[in-house]
Amino acid sequence: MPNRIVFKRQWAEDIFEIKVEAPLIAEERRAGQFVILQLNDEYGERIPLTIADADRTAGTITLIFQTVGKTSHALADLDVGDYIAHMVGPLGHPTHIERVGTVVGVGGGIGAAPLYPIAEAMKAAGNRLIVILGARQAGLMILEDRLAGLADELIVCTDDGSRGRKALVTGPLKEVCERPSKPDLVVAIGPPVMMKACAETTRPYGVRTIVSLNTIMVDGTGMCGGCRVTVDGQTRFVCVDGPEFDGHQVDFDNMIRRLGAYRRQENAAHERCHLEEAIRQKEREAGR
Amino acid sequence: MRHHTREEIEAAAHEQMAALEGVALTPKERLAIPPQEMPAQDPVARRRNMQEVALGYTATQARLESLRCLQCRNAPCVEGCPVRIDIPAFLKAAAEGDFQAAVDIIKRNSLLPAVCGRVCPQETQCQAPCTVGRSLKDAAKAVSIGRVERYVADRERDQGRAQLPAIKPATGFRVAVIGSGPAGITVAADLRREGHAVTIFEAFHKPGGVMVYGIPEFRLPKKIVEAEIHALEAMGVEIRTDFVVGRTRKLTDLMEKDGYDAVFVGSGAGLPKFMGIEGENLVGVFSANEYLTRVNLMKAYDFERADTPLFRSRVVVVLGGGNVAMDAARTAVRLGATEVHLVYRRTEAEMPARVEEVAHAKEEGVVFHLLQNAKRIMGDEQGLVKAVECLRYELGAPDDSGRRRPVEIKGSEFIMPCDTVIVAIGNDSNPLIRQTTPGLVTTKWGTIVANEDGATSVPRVYAGGDIVLGAATVILAMGQGRRAAAAIHEMLMREGPYRRRR
Ligand SMILES: Cc1cc2nc3c(=O)[nH]c(=O)nc-3n(C[C@H](O)[C@H](O)[C@H](O)COP(=O)(O)OP(=O)(O)OC[C@H]3O[C@@H](n4cnc5c(N)ncnc54)[C@H](O)[C@@H]3O)c2cc1C
Ligand code: SF4
Ligand code: FES
Repeated sequence: MPNRIVFKRQWAEDIFEIKVEAPLIAEERRAGQFVILQLNDEYGERIPLTIADADRTAGTITLIFQTVGKTSHALADLDVGDYIAHMVGPLGHPTHIERVGTVVGVGGGIGAAPLYPIAEAMKAAGNRLIVILGARQAGLMILEDRLAGLADELIVCTDDGSRGRKALVTGPLKEVCERPSKPDLVVAIGPPVMMKACAETTRPYGVRTIVSLNTIMVDGTGMCGGCRVTVDGQTRFVCVDGPEFDGHQVDFDNMIRRLGAYRRQENAAHERCHLEEAIRQKEREAGR
Repeated sequence: MRHHTREEIEAAAHEQMAALEGVALTPKERLAIPPQEMPAQDPVARRRNMQEVALGYTATQARLESLRCLQCRNAPCVEGCPVRIDIPAFLKAAAEGDFQAAVDIIKRNSLLPAVCGRVCPQETQCQAPCTVGRSLKDAAKAVSIGRVERYVADRERDQGRAQLPAIKPATGFRVAVIGSGPAGITVAADLRREGHAVTIFEAFHKPGGVMVYGIPEFRLPKKIVEAEIHALEAMGVEIRTDFVVGRTRKLTDLMEKDGYDAVFVGSGAGLPKFMGIEGENLVGVFSANEYLTRVNLMKAYDFERADTPLFRSRVVVVLGGGNVAMDAARTAVRLGATEVHLVYRRTEAEMPARVEEVAHAKEEGVVFHLLQNAKRIMGDEQGLVKAVECLRYELGAPDDSGRRRPVEIKGSEFIMPCDTVIVAIGNDSNPLIRQTTPGLVTTKWGTIVANEDGATSVPRVYAGGDIVLGAATVILAMGQGRRAAAAIHEMLMREGPYRRRR
């Protein structure tokens, strides 16, 4: 049945992986594309999630997500056998895959999930693949094994040094750019500040840098413009013109501010949802 | 004018009717019947709720208004109606109190009378040339054709009298309809009636198109659109939501791989235009589409229950002068903005919005700024909107369309402080289907090129509604759907099933 969860795994306290039955999406999706999902018909909100992997034969797609707001928390509460009320996709332009030479994939935190299918496709296209994987701490590192199996060279780093080097991803990225044979392309995916920092790191070396943006979305089909960003002074819609753009042209400061447009309301909703959980917990305890 | 309650209006109508009952009226007497005022929610009360503003005529009012019709032999009103409803005939039936006959006459030409009665721009269509308005030298005093249409359609629905049309025996043909707006709904209903199997593919999680995500509840209650969708389903039309043609499946694959024999594209004009001015991407600037979708479709007005957040606005500036701008402004009023300003480049006479919506917006306290336009949007250090810089305009020489062109007055810049800007200057066509359908010819504006019958450059692919016309109206979308459905039916019967290339 479409939209049924058939597999679930918890990677870290706030990072989950699920496999969902979606034969049509599994068939059509290509690296770089995403879905929009909604958990409740009437009052649910629509959130975009990148497709981390897909199995055409089984007709499933893999989503890896971090619990940040009300909907992602509720998604994490679903179990195998449960259904996602609405899921639409694959949306956005697929990544342009070609043989360019050496490709550096940079995945920050949960960004490793969208990076994985792109890295896989870049490798399959005959590129030399260097992957730089970063996380705040060892427990938040995902897909390390899978990416290790894929990459010609894997550099792992954490903010606190609990796994790999103690560094931000921009450290190793700079070193790679300084090597005698400069990389031909960098694909950086992660939190906006990280992507911004990566773009600034590669700029002086003139290495083309692609970033994948995850802005606020409603429809995901180009109808609302809520996802818009400024790229090279022009307004572009992430859902239909992206999600990937030239990192050297993106106005990250504006994008980061736009991402925060609803922070106040989201925090309130988040608190409310934790309060409700606490109340339910109390009730459960009282009922026992 | 003082606000009249529905009871006061009904009492007056009752008295007027009593004097006319059973009398054979002369044209002069008909012209003397007072135009019936539309009962409406109190302007103060409705600023705080989402319920429909116009409450609808009473039975007495519907008859009285219909009695005003002179039954002109040349019926200029019919000429003004895009789908050529037999207006004098339905008004005659309504005047006689045979409301069922009236709605049956309308339904011969229009599929969605309850919707069109509410949202059609009657004052520029059927009511513009009406003889009554001309005789009384006031277009506003024309017979209120749309209000009677709404009454008879509502009555049929509320009394559960609406009957499903007969479905002809199955033909074995399958038709895919892209989009569930008025164009798609019409095509689906007409083709299903002929016995074809029809599937509607809709990108959103709910069918209805602009009628559910754009036009607000207070102007078009969602239960009316839902009733039309249920009727389609009861007829056996399959509706697949969460399906973006071009992404979930390519248009050509619907025929090549999935066994459809023809495709109708009714994907609308959903690509909001921005003005390309400074500050357009500041926090607090929204397209009207986004603002209205959050509120209508995602129910963000229900702060307690909805997960979709809404930007809390105090002072809102809406840019534009069409229905979309009025809807956005009036929604902002209802969501608690303390001031709502509407900035429009031309004068009120040129506003494309329905006259009734303009009047309602004013009654609700929206402040109109005419012959003005935004030059740039200004932000604070945190990137939040803090003001719009505007320019004043004056009317210059007429342009090609005969409308006097607004020209800016040099040095007339001034600042309008606000925290929210809603851009409602129109929509372009969504490029998704164009980009993913080889051979589909489009105009430089991105609309699909289609002939009178809706046929496009790709065999067996038809199109209609806003995707062909550019942002237009519900009735035009419906009319195009009608013609395309007839052409698709004729094509299928003539040419038989789609033959796969391999
Ligand atoms: C706020 C607002 C107020 C308006 N007020 C009025 C009014 O008062 N009177 C009036 O006559 N008109 C009004 N209009 C215009 C009117 O609504 C449109 O002209 C009419 O709805 C067009 O009908 P349509 O069937 O062509 O497209 P739409 O109603 O736009 O429906 C298109 C549907 O197709 C879906 N779709 C798009 N692309 C795809 C795809 N690739 N795959 C699957 N589905 C897809 C969309 O999600 C949408 O549901 C208003 C419009 C707006 C936005
Ligand atoms: S033009 Fe006016 S008066 Fe004449 S038939 Fe039409 S509605 Fe009646
Ligand atoms: S999410 Fe609505 S236009 Fe991109």
